[in-house]
Amino acid sequence: MSDIAFVRAEAIPPAPPPVSETGAIKWMRENLFSSISNGVLSFLSLAVVLWIVWSLLPWFTGSVWNAGSLSECRALGEGACFAVIRERFNQFIFGFYPPDWYWRPILTFLLLVAALAPVLFSLPRQLLLLTVAFPALAYFLLWGGSVWYPVMAMAGFGVGFAVWRYGGAVLGPLGALIAGVLAAVIWWMFLSSPVAGAFASVLPLALPSVESAQMGGFMLTLIIGITGIAGSLPLGIILALGRQSKLFIVKAICVGFIEFIRGVPLITLLFVASTLLNYFLPPGTEFALLLRVLILVIFFASAYMAETIRGGLAALPKGQYEAADALGLDYWRATRLIVMPQALKISIPGIVNNFIGLFKDTTLVSVIGLLDPLGVVRPIRANSDWNGIVWELYGFVALLFFICCFGMSRYSMYLERKMRTDHR
Amino acid sequence: MSEPMRAQMKVLDEVAIRITAMNKWYGEFHVLRDINLTVNKGERIVVCGPSGSGKSTLIRCVNRLEEHQKGQIVVDGIELTSDLKNIDKVRSEVGMVFQHFNLFPHLTILENCTLAPIWVRKTPKKEAEDLAMHFLKKVKIPEQAHKYPGQLSGGQQQRVAIARSLCMRPKIMLFDEPTSALDPEMIKEVLDTMISLAEEGMTMICVTHEMGFAQAVANRVIFMDQGQIVEQNEPREFFTNPKSERTKLFLSQILGH
Repeated sequence: MSDIAFVRAEAIPPAPPPVSETGAIKWMRENLFSSISNGVLSFLSLAVVLWIVWSLLPWFTGSVWNAGSLSECRALGEGACFAVIRERFNQFIFGFYPPDWYWRPILTFLLLVAALAPVLFSLPRQLLLLTVAFPALAYFLLWGGSVWYPVMAMAGFGVGFAVWRYGGAVLGPLGALIAGVLAAVIWWMFLSSPVAGAFASVLPLALPSVESAQMGGFMLTLIIGITGIAGSLPLGIILALGRQSKLFIVKAICVGFIEFIRGVPLITLLFVASTLLNYFLPPGTEFALLLRVLILVIFFASAYMAETIRGGLAALPKGQYEAADALGLDYWRATRLIVMPQALKISIPGIVNNFIGLFKDTTLVSVIGLLDPLGVVRPIRANSDWNGIVWELYGFVALLFFICCFGMSRYSMYLERKMRTDHR
Repeated sequence: MSEPMRAQMKVLDEVAIRITAMNKWYGEFHVLRDINLTVNKGERIVVCGPSGSGKSTLIRCVNRLEEHQKGQIVVDGIELTSDLKNIDKVRSEVGMVFQHFNLFPHLTILENCTLAPIWVRKTPKKEAEDLAMHFLKKVKIPEQAHKYPGQLSGGQQQRVAIARSLCMRPKIMLFDEPTSALDPEMIKEVLDTMISLAEEGMTMICVTHEMGFAQAVANRVIFMDQGQIVEQNEPREFFTNPKSERTKLFLSQILGH
């Protein structure tokens, strides 16, 4: 029986793997040429890729960047006619925004980058102030007019928050919440404009106004896309929480909202925005088409967002809720500190998926006459100078969208990596 | 543990938890039937019984993770009703340790421990961190403070969970099968932590099948079956001379091999 007895006398030190098992050669052998059939397939695929590149190459190398019309282009070269992009570039980006004030959207964009930095990359925390102020600032810069109207509109949130924060002692948590919302609504309906008017008469800070109808191009895509994204996430969170609420009425309202909005195509909602909504609003209310579209896009996206986040909430183990409860955290603190950070992290792929979908859906506004990049393409193609040009225009629009959507996709992967807390 | 040691662990005359004629149903299913139990300050109570006997449900009623439908539960002088303020107050005085640890995976060990003191007790951050380090030292893992729960072993996680509860300076600790999800090698480190807590006079109710632990620190063992308290006694008598047939059968099953 002595054969099966064994005692290790000393531990074996860890050793590096054999050299032949690392590096590029190993990678190729494993991933491209692991068997004869795989090797053949690899060569065939490579040949197809080369053939595609080879056929497309002349279109790019022979492209024309300087011409006044399609016929001029064809005379100058065999390839693509990118001259149209060059000529109409400003329209693609700004729509019919007055050229003298191009600096305003450009400045807004730069401010947007600065405002997003603390949110996306937790960069300088001080910039968060800019993030909070950004909506009013962007509205002021893009639409112009008196600075006080957007500032006072933002102040409504402050009024609501203050009532909620300091009314809690008298009204209880739910009462304070309702009072806060009511206070904000009252502020917006009756007080915001007169107060802004009063401020404007004392200190008239204003930029020349620009009509919504003049905004277009990729700028419009960004306005709708980013407003939709920024608005749908908080609203979606509230709806998802409301749907799980134990309060019957809250739950019923949230379920009703989500199911109704999800059950209707976006195009229908956009038509509602462009035509029907005016019948429901009290006569005399001036509500720019773009503003109505923004609100309905936020509603539409938030219904989807709510369901995505509900998935994250459902994936959270019950023990997390119980541990938070057992420590004495109340509902709001448990939600903010324990439940939401984890639920949102689980739903990152779904949330970004919604963002990307929403961003591309903004092209649907061209159906109701807003001039997003696709809406800009149509008059160009109808122009006798550029009649017959297709690939270059749609290719350019596709490229613009691809850059943004691919960027979002990469960002979500970065975020998932950053938020991994296991085995680091 | 030696007998003199146990004698040191004083039981006071004040009542910590009083449960009278408490009943609970899950839908039609009668999970807890006429539970009467009084726990004095400093008492260490071990609850055992077959699975499905309602022992976990019982201690989860004490901090109202489960709602009871009939009878009365008074914890530290506060009756548990549907009043949310009272519930949160009781929960901040009663620590709980779960079978599956339930640490917050998105927070570091230190943040896990400081979260409730900061947000519930309004302790300043620095003070809360000092307190957390104190208790992490006590459960012998201060060096892990800046790691995440996912990087720790099960035994370490459970000790962090104990430290997290202690940071709230609870008057009562509830343990819901704290060692059932652990490897044999790790059970001892968690039990040692619990024993040292008992020595300091913490009022404890433990649902556990660690009979060695029961014999070492408990001053009362409760046996439950089918939602009822079948037998309770001081540990030596309970193990050597069980009265009810059901208890005898249960003890022979778990001690029999």
